[in-house]
This record gives sequence, structure tokens and C-alpha cells, in this order.
Amino acid sequence: MLNMINFKLNGKNINLKIHPLKRLVDILRDDLQLTGTKEGCGEGECGACAVLLDDKLVNSCLVPAALLEDKSVLTIEGYRNTEKFKVLSACFEKAGSVQCGFCTPGMILAAEALLRQNPKPLEGEIRAALAGNLCRCTGYNLIVEAILLAAKEGEGLWSKSIDL
Amino acid sequence: MVKVYRPLNLIEALDIRNNENTIVFAGGTDLMVKHREWSGAVPKFSTSLLFIGHLTELQTINIDNNSLKIGAACTLAQILNDKRIPDYLKLPIAQMASPSIRNMGTIGGNIGNSSPAGDTLPMLYALDAQLTIQSKSKTYAVGIEDFITGPGQNLLKPDEILSEITIPLSNYRQYYYRKVGSRKANCISKISFFALANGDAAQIHEVRIAFGAVAPTVIRSFEAETLLKGINKSQISERLNDIKSSYANLLNPVDDRRSTKIYRQKVSLQLLENFLLKELVW
Repeated sequence: MLNMINFKLNGKNINLKIHPLKRLVDILRDDLQLTGTKEGCGEGECGACAVLLDDKLVNSCLVPAALLEDKSVLTIEGYRNTEKFKVLSACFEKAGSVQCGFCTPGMILAAEALLRQNPKPLEGEIRAALAGNLCRCTGYNLIVEAILLAAKEGEGLWSKSIDL
Repeated sequence: MVKVYRPLNLIEALDIRNNENTIVFAGGTDLMVKHREWSGAVPKFSTSLLFIGHLTELQTINIDNNSLKIGAACTLAQILNDKRIPDYLKLPIAQMASPSIRNMGTIGGNIGNSSPAGDTLPMLYALDAQLTIQSKSKTYAVGIEDFITGPGQNLLKPDEILSEITIPLSNYRQYYYRKVGSRKANCISKISFFALANGDAAQIHEVRIAFGAVAPTVIRSFEAETLLKGINKSQISERLNDIKSSYANLLNPVDDRRSTKIYRQKVSLQLLENFLLKELVW
């Protein structure tokens, strides 16, 4: 069973003939070779596969193709071309927030989802926003520090929409 | 052959329900996990799927005459972000799952799942939520406590869709919610406890108490709530044992991989005690 699915991916229109229940994480990684999105648990617990769907953070392992119709998906590959990414990337480096790196794409997109809504988050708000993203290396403090730093260094940038 | 339907509107969705046996798929945060296969493989379903999460008729939130009407396909995040909705209703939802799951998961899905550990359910029982059920031929309302009949069991018939949740609103001065789980985000509750109260220095005027994950369905006792009505603070302490034992008889928790019967029983009653003795402040 294959259906035509139309959606926007990182600003570009995509038409795919695909099984309507195929998971977005598999579409990204297997069909489109966008391997920045990682699969950890495959059941919505770990956030490694997080992407933005119509500007909202979602776990791509829980999104079947049929839900993508007319929607817009932003993955780390699209986000990395933005000014906001450059700030987050520099701050993650500065704070030492990346060790194995497997959770990082999800963490970066969770940070974007937070900062867009709340450009000056408190530490507790950052922890709540990252609650669905597991990291087994850093102990989280380094990631929280990076986001606090990014809020400051990217001041004025966060409430702007993403221009790809 | 399993089919996947993505209807254009609610009428079309009800037509499909009328003609074929389907699983209703809203946010999919539970269904995609229950039916998942190996990485790279398509989730496996043995019944056709009807997607309703995109239907705008099911995504509206309205308040009139102190009555809140939430479309069944409203996401948990949408409810949390609605400034008109009172905090006591948002309290359990804010602790559910994670931001990314709350962006997809719907209130109708949590009710339809009818899990004893469903995190919106104690709040919905405590507030006497009414559910609107629609089929091609009729629309009717049913109370949530009548709708859910057991773990994963409810009255929804194959031709019906849960379309709306109606919640009577009031000014509750006291509200208390505790979810006990092994991780702050994304865990299924070992137990949960939700309570609302109104009163003054002299007496409790109204109290509503619901326990989650300690019986086949959420436990609420009108009898025990009546025992609490009209009494004052010192009388609560005097009658605490009676009140606790009236609830103890109703709780019937199980041992499972998340927790034990003894732990669930003990902690639930302790949360009741904490609410009555420590949280109620007038």
C-alpha cells in the first residue's frame, strides 16, 4: 500500500510515494538519507529523533507518513543553516555539551523549540523543556549551561522565525 | 487488507466508522508504540486505521456558562497553552509525558485508551466530565465514569467517535495533584492522586478526590466525599482514620512491572492524608 504524501522538508516541497504508516524517522534516514536525526528508543522516550513539525517539537519515531500531509518538517540538516544554529553550536562547544553526540540533534531542536517561545528561560524552564530528551554522557548540566549561554549570546534572535 | 483513512471532515469520518471496523488514530503517541516493529519497518496493525487528529471540528476549545468544551483531538499542549483554561485542570496535563509527546498526544486519545494509569483521567473524574459520542445516526452524552468500564475497556461502539469533552468549571481554592513514577518525564504513573476543595475557616464546602492507577478504573467515592463535607480542620484529624479506611476498601491495586500492590495502596492513602492535613489551608 503506497500513497502520495506531500509535505515541506527544510523549506523544500517533497512528494513521496510511500506507505502511509512509515515512520518519519525512517523516511528521513532511509528514504532521504538525512541521518542527522537519530533513532534511540523508537518509542518516544528519548528524544534522539526529535524534529520540528509545523514548528512544534515531536518525536519522529511516533509520526507516521499520513500525518505529514501539508505539514512542514524541520530537521537538524535544515536548522544548521540558520543563524540561531550557529549560536547554539558555539555555545554547546563552549560549555562542553557534546560528548558522544547522539542526543545532540534532538537537544538542539528542543532548545530551539524552547527559545522561540521563551527567549530568556530560567534554568528550571530549560530542564522542563529538555525533559523528553535523554543524554547518557553529560549529566545534563553542561547542556543546560549551553542553553543559558545561547539565550544571552543570541539575544534578539530567538523570537524570529526561521528563514531557510 | 488493512487500510488507512484520512477523511476530510467529521461527517466523512463517521461514514467510514459506520462502514468498516477501524481503530481511531488521533495523535498516535500510544498506538505507534503499541504497534511498532523493528527499526525501519512499518508499524503493524491488523485493523484499518482512521486518522482524526487533523480534523478541525475536533480541535476547538470553547468556554461558555462555566462549561469548558474541549474537542477530542485537541493536543495536550494546546490545552496547556490556552489562557482561558483554569490551572487546576492543567496541573496533571503539565506533568504528562514530555513536551514533544504533549505536542502530539490528544485528550480524546487519553480517554479512548482508558488506561487505569491515564493521566488526564483522575482530573476528568473529579470534575464530572461528560463525553460527547457521535455516530452517523446519533449524538449523545455520557459521564466519563460510565464510559470507561475497565482497563483499556470503554463503551465506544465500532461506529462511534468521541468528539468532545465537556467539563463544568468552578472556582476551586485548593487543588492538589501528585503523580508518582520512576522518571519525571515520559513515565507511566505508578499511582496518581488529584483533589479539589472549596471551603473557609469554619468548614469544607466541597471536596472532590480521585485516585489513578490503583484499580481497574479511576476511583472516586461520593460517599467518602460526603463524609468530608461540612467538617472543619480539627474534625479532619479526628476522622482521618475513618476517611482513609473508606478509601482503602475501594482501592484495589495490582503488582506489575511498574510497582507493587502494597506500595500503591500505602502511598495513595498517604497522599490522601497529605492533602487533607497539610495541603488544605484556608
